[in-house]
Amino acid sequence: MIALHYAGSALSGTNLDVSGIDVKNNSVSIIIREEPPQLNSSRATDSISGMVLGHVMEGLVRMGLDDRLEGAVAKRWEVTPTHATFWLRKNAKWSDGKPVTAEDFVFAWQTALKPETASQYAFLLFAIKNAEAVNSGELNPSELGVNAPDPHTLVIELARPVPFFDKMLVFPTFLPIREDFYNATQGRYGADADQLLYNGPFQISRWIHGSSMTFERNPHFWNQDEIHLDTIHVPYITSDANASLNFFKDSKIATTGLQAENLTEAMRLGWQIRQHRDGVVFFMEFNHRPERVTGNLNFRRALQLVLDMDELVYKVTKLPGYEPGVSLFPGWLMGESDLLRKEYPPEKIRPNTAQAKEYLQRALQELGLSQTPTLVLLAGDNPISNIQSEWVQQTLKTELGIDVKIDKQIFKQRLAKMTSGDFDFVLAGWGPDYNDPLTFGDLFASWNKNNRGQYNSPELDGLIQTAQGQLDPGVRMRAFGDIQQHLIDRAVILPMYERGVTYVVDPRLKQLKRRVIGPDPDLSRAHIDAGGQ
Amino acid sequence: MLKYAAKRIVLGLITVWFIASATFFGMHAVPGDPLTGDKALTPKIRANLEAKYGLDKPLATQYWIYLGNIAQGDFGISYTQENRRVNDIIREHFPVSATLGILAIVFAGVGGVLWGALTALYRNRWPDVAIMFLVILGISVPSFVMAAISQWSLVNLNQTAGGTVLPIGGWGSVWHMVTPALVLGLSTMAYLTRLMRSSMLEVVNTDYVRTARAKGVPATQIFSRHQLRNAILPVITVLGPAIAGITTGGFVVEIVFAIPGLGRYFVQAIQQLDYTVIMGTTVFYGAFLVFMVILVDLIYGLIDPRVRVDQ
Repeated sequence: MIALHYAGSALSGTNLDVSGIDVKNNSVSIIIREEPPQLNSSRATDSISGMVLGHVMEGLVRMGLDDRLEGAVAKRWEVTPTHATFWLRKNAKWSDGKPVTAEDFVFAWQTALKPETASQYAFLLFAIKNAEAVNSGELNPSELGVNAPDPHTLVIELARPVPFFDKMLVFPTFLPIREDFYNATQGRYGADADQLLYNGPFQISRWIHGSSMTFERNPHFWNQDEIHLDTIHVPYITSDANASLNFFKDSKIATTGLQAENLTEAMRLGWQIRQHRDGVVFFMEFNHRPERVTGNLNFRRALQLVLDMDELVYKVTKLPGYEPGVSLFPGWLMGESDLLRKEYPPEKIRPNTAQAKEYLQRALQELGLSQTPTLVLLAGDNPISNIQSEWVQQTLKTELGIDVKIDKQIFKQRLAKMTSGDFDFVLAGWGPDYNDPLTFGDLFASWNKNNRGQYNSPELDGLIQTAQGQLDPGVRMRAFGDIQQHLIDRAVILPMYERGVTYVVDPRLKQLKRRVIGPDPDLSRAHIDAGGQ
Repeated sequence: MLKYAAKRIVLGLITVWFIASATFFGMHAVPGDPLTGDKALTPKIRANLEAKYGLDKPLATQYWIYLGNIAQGDFGISYTQENRRVNDIIREHFPVSATLGILAIVFAGVGGVLWGALTALYRNRWPDVAIMFLVILGISVPSFVMAAISQWSLVNLNQTAGGTVLPIGGWGSVWHMVTPALVLGLSTMAYLTRLMRSSMLEVVNTDYVRTARAKGVPATQIFSRHQLRNAILPVITVLGPAIAGITTGGFVVEIVFAIPGLGRYFVQAIQQLDYTVIMGTTVFYGAFLVFMVILVDLIYGLIDPRVRVDQ
């Protein structure tokens, strides 16, 4: 009984018995998949930490409700090929009432680059002069090309022209950190609710690890007019999708994701089902190392012609909100003035088994083989992945007589095997880091570490260099169009699908924003309409 | 007795050391490491991270550093929950799992012994058949199905009642514990019922029971003093490992009912190759299991004088 008593006292008061929507207290409750792993913005990389930080911190710029970049701590800004200058608003304040200054950004970015911080996303800052040298310890952090000539002006020297520099600043790595507070936490910055200084619309008032969180309105936030909720509760943390749905039905949370098997029930209950594409593109990546059959262009073309992604998405996986893949560049990316997808429509490959067989024959001749060796398909160990890899296995067997061995691995092992080249083809995915096509576009550059199939083409490298270095949007977008065509022509990858999520929101909750880039979901500008339908 | 206990404890420590070493080398033999992520790291950034976590040292050096640290009770800092010490994770979350586990064990133990004894007394009559049917169900339906069904039923119950009769998840009050503890203890209860039934049946026909009956001892006294006490021994044997199993095996129940227990850290750490959390939880649970087994052996002597070792 001592143990019982101890446990009770250790966690008394963890229970947050709150409603999904509490009109009287002007509060909303949501669920998160897992405990935010890292709230030190200089080290955060994951989407859950990004979601929390998006509510309690504010960077120089933010994504508005209309998905366009808008000023946050910065009032206005200017990006030239050599410099970026940000003019900060004077009324932006920390949660202790002190003003947010340009120095706070200088300190945060220097911290992210210090070798001892060991930030995984330090590379996002490499566009800044001397950033790489600071990160490798060759230069002192003070030599980073970021300066604060006065408390409300931030001047950044760029290492190379980066046309989308302002768009990258949405990422948590660029959030401000105040030096005196950071040092006072003695290495525990972001570890607990009181170990973080806030400058966003909300602040964390309670955080019980692995159990619950509460965000309360930050009285010092400069833009009070846009903020309507007083409190956001996170009473539950679980990765179980059915549990989440049950909490929603029990009116304990205001929004939940839906699984394919819940759709009929959701429709029967008259819920308004919403869809959102989360920005991630899934594709079949080939191993281009010369010793592999998949290094042969004609062989890849044969596979390209028999694997019909429409069939995969609409008849095999049948998941709501998913769209068959046609390009490495997902449909939501913006081009010069319209969607990139509209400006440069990708060529659609029509399945053609007869032609595929010809390519296969040619490939076998070139490789000097009499028949195709058994291919190793590296795949994840989740149910969706299983269905997909079995579909690939069966299709290749019936259409081309190729035997496929499925190698199921958990996430990290799959990545390790991809890196060491221990596969012929693999089911892979890529999510964006910033809102520019380059976040996908440079993936198969010969120098990119994420190019785990080691595709190497001087032609593609040249196109990527154009997209990286040119400032003229027209030239850049044409380069992205050419990269897209190159990937299709050379069958470098086979785009499989763009992932979608289906979800429901309590009708009384308005302006809950789902995003591809930036905090998702974003409730910072949401409000309650008690009579909402 | 003291000598026996000391010997068992030394053997236990060796077992724990073996668990720690096997886990350490097994974990490092798996492809990938905690730093593997969907975004590849530049060599510099990777080197910075390896230096931070000491992964740049040779494996043997890491092993000795590691052993030294656990000897001092320090499991290090988690790779995925980057600001948290593994000791804190265990300290904050094990009590939750333990509370749930103890409730489940109480439920399983009491239920198992009573149902088991009942089925033996009514052998081959309808209570026996009915209970054994439920027992088979309890053993064969996996806990994630049980958890999902019971949560779903609670949602419907609350909707019908128009308010919260029992919370469907979360943690905090006794009411939050009832359903998950029942689900968690169910399969153990079913197993114990079966065990108790067969051991009870052996005892029912023994000479000393017949003698007692011939002497005219009341049936309730025969049941409690002669039958139950003798039949319960095998149950005690499995109860030790079962306690460890239940307090550690609550992963599914913890996920479904959104309970902040240690079980989910244990499982997620393996998926994420979080070296320090894998080691911390495995060694902790290993030591806990070893401790429970020793404890059961010592308790044995109290219940059955024949087992007392120093005689």
